[in-house]
Amino acid sequence: MFLTSNLFKFIGVYALVLFSQLLNATTIHVAKGSASNTIQKAIDIANASDTILVSSGIYFEKNIIIDKPLTIIGQNRPVLDGEKKYEIISIKANHVQIMGFKLQHSGYGTLDDVAAIKVYESEYVTISDNIIDDTFFGIYLQSGKNCIIKNNQIISYGEEEQQIGNGIHCWKCENLQIIGNRITGHRDGIYFEFVTHSVIWRNISKKNIRYGLHFMFSNDDAYISNVFSENGAGVSVMFTHRVKMFNNVFSNNWGDAAYGLLLKEISDSYINGNKFLENTSGIYMEGVNNTPVQKNTFLRNGWAIKIQASCMNVSLNFNNFFGNTFDIGTNGFLVLNSFNYNYWDKYEGYDINRNKIGDIAYRPISMFSMIIEQNPQAMILFRSIMVSLLDKTEKIIPSLTPENLKDDFPLMRAIDL
Amino acid sequence: MRKVVKYVILDILRSKIIIGYTILLFLISFSVFSLEDNTAKGLLSLLNLELFIVPLVSIIFSTIYIYNSSEFIELLVSQPLKRKSIWLSLFSGLSTSLVVSFLIGSGLPILYFEPSPTGIIMILIGCMLSVIFVAIALLASVLTRDKAKGMGMAIFLWLYFAIIFDGLVLFLLFQFADYPLEKPMMALSALNPIDLSRIIILLRLDVSALMGYTGAIFKDFFGTTTGFISALLALGLWIAIPLYFSLRIFRKKDL
Repeated sequence: MFLTSNLFKFIGVYALVLFSQLLNATTIHVAKGSASNTIQKAIDIANASDTILVSSGIYFEKNIIIDKPLTIIGQNRPVLDGEKKYEIISIKANHVQIMGFKLQHSGYGTLDDVAAIKVYESEYVTISDNIIDDTFFGIYLQSGKNCIIKNNQIISYGEEEQQIGNGIHCWKCENLQIIGNRITGHRDGIYFEFVTHSVIWRNISKKNIRYGLHFMFSNDDAYISNVFSENGAGVSVMFTHRVKMFNNVFSNNWGDAAYGLLLKEISDSYINGNKFLENTSGIYMEGVNNTPVQKNTFLRNGWAIKIQASCMNVSLNFNNFFGNTFDIGTNGFLVLNSFNYNYWDKYEGYDINRNKIGDIAYRPISMFSMIIEQNPQAMILFRSIMVSLLDKTEKIIPSLTPENLKDDFPLMRAIDL
Repeated sequence: MRKVVKYVILDILRSKIIIGYTILLFLISFSVFSLEDNTAKGLLSLLNLELFIVPLVSIIFSTIYIYNSSEFIELLVSQPLKRKSIWLSLFSGLSTSLVVSFLIGSGLPILYFEPSPTGIIMILIGCMLSVIFVAIALLASVLTRDKAKGMGMAIFLWLYFAIIFDGLVLFLLFQFADYPLEKPMMALSALNPIDLSRIIILLRLDVSALMGYTGAIFKDFFGTTTGFISALLALGLWIAIPLYFSLRIFRKKDL
């Protein structure tokens, strides 16, 4: 595996080199002891669309500024060290590619956001196959367009929210592709603010201090097949329209204020095929409109879904619920959402006509979850015998739980997902 | 005194009920752990059983035993023995046999499947609950001579601690919903050994995160060593106080 990927890199590098030569561009080698022994010198003498090959070694270059379209490739993973003082690479030109480096020890700032690689108002920038270790911000895109951030490993060791930046931070961008990155130990794994028409695909974001993915005012994006686990507060998606969330895994976000997925003011979005495993709250929804939540699996969460009465036209269909302490929690009696055709492991009804749909409705909301919504202090009666008795009676004669919050067509068997 | 304790234990063993109780506990504990793939979940299911069955069996078995051995007690009183040591022997005989059967029935499976501090605390609390309800049963049975009345009182006391008390707590919570009740709740929970045991165990399991702000305040107290020790002391008082009062009554009682 390792050999073949190296081989591919090798071929890729040579293909790039050949291609650049075809375009009448030149290749500059950077190595210790040669004429251009620093990357900055090589950049200064290079022409647009040249290639710079950097051989292995540790480079202490303070701040490298790339101001023309260049391809910069690290061979045998050279190390760029920021000495805990500097921003390591600043990209201020279009069509820049950076790959194969290890960037470590960036500076730290309280006023300015120092990053390992920062992109300033540029287009068509590709940052791939880098290892970014112990930096304040990892990769920072400021007004970037059509950029690709791919297969980077971004690790940091933050302990407090204030003292660490985000892994991949994107602000005011368009058409980004964030693919196959692994992010650990930052404040937010991936941060999106005012980013549109972008895709986040196959990333793994875990053990970050705050959110695995933090998503605000970012319309028309999709995040697909990512894994967000063991983050301080899970994933948060806020004030966004038309966002697609497919086949992600949200797991082990466990704690007093942790949510698998926190949704606030979301409309016209899709939540399909995701897995929510062992979160305190699988999904927390507030002000969500016109959003189908379908074919998801909720396994062993505290609350599978907390849906506030401010949500409208949320259609929860064809989901599987297994082993959650509470299936649904809500704070009011107004129900403008649909809960039909789900599989609930707590359903105790029967199916006489054998159409695989239960003949009596299922009420996924327990009396106790209504009680604690009105009076959170009652939580000290959690798992007492009286509470389970109350829940049983409420199942038979509903009085305190919202009349309309029910699944009229509960499935008898779990859906194959 | 030692002879009397020995006799009481042998007598209890002969009745076979205690053996049945041990086997029942063992079967339940073993099957709960085998059914759940996650042992923490098993512990949680076992907690419900422990809080339900252990007090019930302890209180009813002890009450019946005291009433059934009233002739034996009369015989002992006619001997040159102190009433205090007779009563304490009955108490220690009953609690030893119930604790031993709990240790074998539930303790062994817990130690086998979940030998963590939480598991050990759970065993400790099961033993405490057994002894507490023996003490309460002694008090109930010494208060009245009539067997039916005594049994009724024992069952009512169990019902009160297991269910009614929580209902009252819920009622209070809704009546005083506008006030911060976390601290009074903590004091209130000490008034019921079953609630106190449930909270001590729940706070040690990861479901405690579901308990929100209230849980966090409880955790701040019970999570510390002082908090834990004072909770155990409160449970200890639940043994000492009923036992003391029952002893006071028994010493002056006209048998």
